[in-house]
Amino acid sequence: MAKFMEMAAAIEEHVHDGDSVAMEGFTHLIPFAAGHEVIRQAKKRLTLIRMTPDLIYDQMIGMGCAEKIVFSWGGNPGVGSTHRLRDAVENGWPNKLEIEEHSHAAMANAYEAGAANLPFAVLRGYIGVDLPKVNPKIKSVTCPYTGEVLATVPALRPDVGIIHALRADREGNVLLEGIVGCQKEAVLASKRTIVTVEEVVETFGPRSPNAIILPSWTIGAIVVVPGGSHPSYAQGYYKRDNSFYIAWDKISRERDTFLAWMKENVLEKDTTIFAEHAKKLGLA
Amino acid sequence: MTQTFTPNEMMTITAARALRNEDVCFVGIGAPSAACNLARLTHAPLITLIYESGTIGTRPNVLPLSIGDGELCDTALTTVSVPEMFRYWLQGGRITVGFLGGAQIDRFANLNTTVVGDYHHPKVRLPGGGGAPEIATNCGEIFITMAMGKRAFVEKLPFITSMGHGVTGAERRALGVKSKGPTRLITDLCVFEPDAQTKEMTIVSIHPGVTREQIAENCAWAPAYAANVIETPPPTKLELEVLRDIQARTKAAHAA
Repeated sequence: MAKFMEMAAAIEEHVHDGDSVAMEGFTHLIPFAAGHEVIRQAKKRLTLIRMTPDLIYDQMIGMGCAEKIVFSWGGNPGVGSTHRLRDAVENGWPNKLEIEEHSHAAMANAYEAGAANLPFAVLRGYIGVDLPKVNPKIKSVTCPYTGEVLATVPALRPDVGIIHALRADREGNVLLEGIVGCQKEAVLASKRTIVTVEEVVETFGPRSPNAIILPSWTIGAIVVVPGGSHPSYAQGYYKRDNSFYIAWDKISRERDTFLAWMKENVLEKDTTIFAEHAKKLGLA
Repeated sequence: MTQTFTPNEMMTITAARALRNEDVCFVGIGAPSAACNLARLTHAPLITLIYESGTIGTRPNVLPLSIGDGELCDTALTTVSVPEMFRYWLQGGRITVGFLGGAQIDRFANLNTTVVGDYHHPKVRLPGGGGAPEIATNCGEIFITMAMGKRAFVEKLPFITSMGHGVTGAERRALGVKSKGPTRLITDLCVFEPDAQTKEMTIVSIHPGVTREQIAENCAWAPAYAANVIETPPPTKLELEVLRDIQARTKAAHAA
């Protein structure tokens, strides 16, 4: 059963140095508040798994939390580079970073395979491209029925899955909607899970019978963090902070401006600042 | 009356014209997204636009900055999970056109968005492929839009992120890929289509006021020309108005 916890305690209990960690959310509902707590607790040697590293892993990589990244598109969406990821790959700063690179289709399939308790995922993909030459985990299988050769990738089974959802009820069931990415798959594929939520409600009330709900017994810890996905967004609560994504390009381009920003906005702050960010971008 | 327009506007408008009402289009972010929405707001109001974040039949009022802005979900017919998007809709063969951009392209319309220099010791690490490797082979056909320049239109790609017609033009067939691949490449100077035999991207149309010398200066290989090269029709007043209007709305929304 999900246990309601404070952020610091949840990260301390579930995230350990050397773990593989998937913090999912496809543009929407990215768990930034949890990422910042991992940075404050100075976790080390993590394998960070995410389809789109986005600013959250740019920050964690720049602060030295990661030794490896598993990803499929590493940029600042619509803006340009994730400069800290680039600096780590191109120059080994602040430490050498191993990369395991996939396509979106392969990673989405790999989460699904993990959730389905299968050893690998199969897809019609990676045809005529160079990634299989540099990523030895991309292999192939011949279909026993048609003889077609299909690409395979190993299932993703992270030690810890962390997502941000819209709300939990008192029993610790969790609801998410909007762009739902591969959060459900990431949670069900992971050994331990933390879900941060915008709010706790008595009951979910009227809803579609097909709403995406993760039952309490699939979740380890729930942390209530209003605004917890800023500068990403929470459907129906607050909008994506596109101006911050644009501003990040300049903040993160140089090491010292990055470090100064992280000190002021992450290391010297706590989880409560997320509610303030969200209030500014809140929907009327 | 002749309208004044920028090369970038000419590129987006020409790209938009390639789309049809009946298309189901998988939209890449940036220039493709502008072109697809311009098509929807002008001659192809019934086009189905799909973004890899899972939004199907989306009709954004401002262009999204990211592939997963709330605007896309708010205005979509329905939104599915990302695994479902790639498995049922893309791999399932339901997409007629994939619209891609890229950092580098070669004469067979293979694209690189991964790396400049050696993969393991890169000079420049680019974002990577995202959805492109599978979009390139699982959509009925591919349109590509990107501005020309010698660093973008290169003789040999350091890395093939997504396959066009392969390194010799024969690879799609050899690998058993049944979709058409890149059928149109719309740039800021001209339009390329693949030669029926060799599959080399060949110039079929030159934008108003652009010379062959200009094209040569912005392409690292000597591009082939079709027997009959036409002048691309200039943007209409309506096309320019609608494009500028949505770009102004977008700029205001992203700065807010």
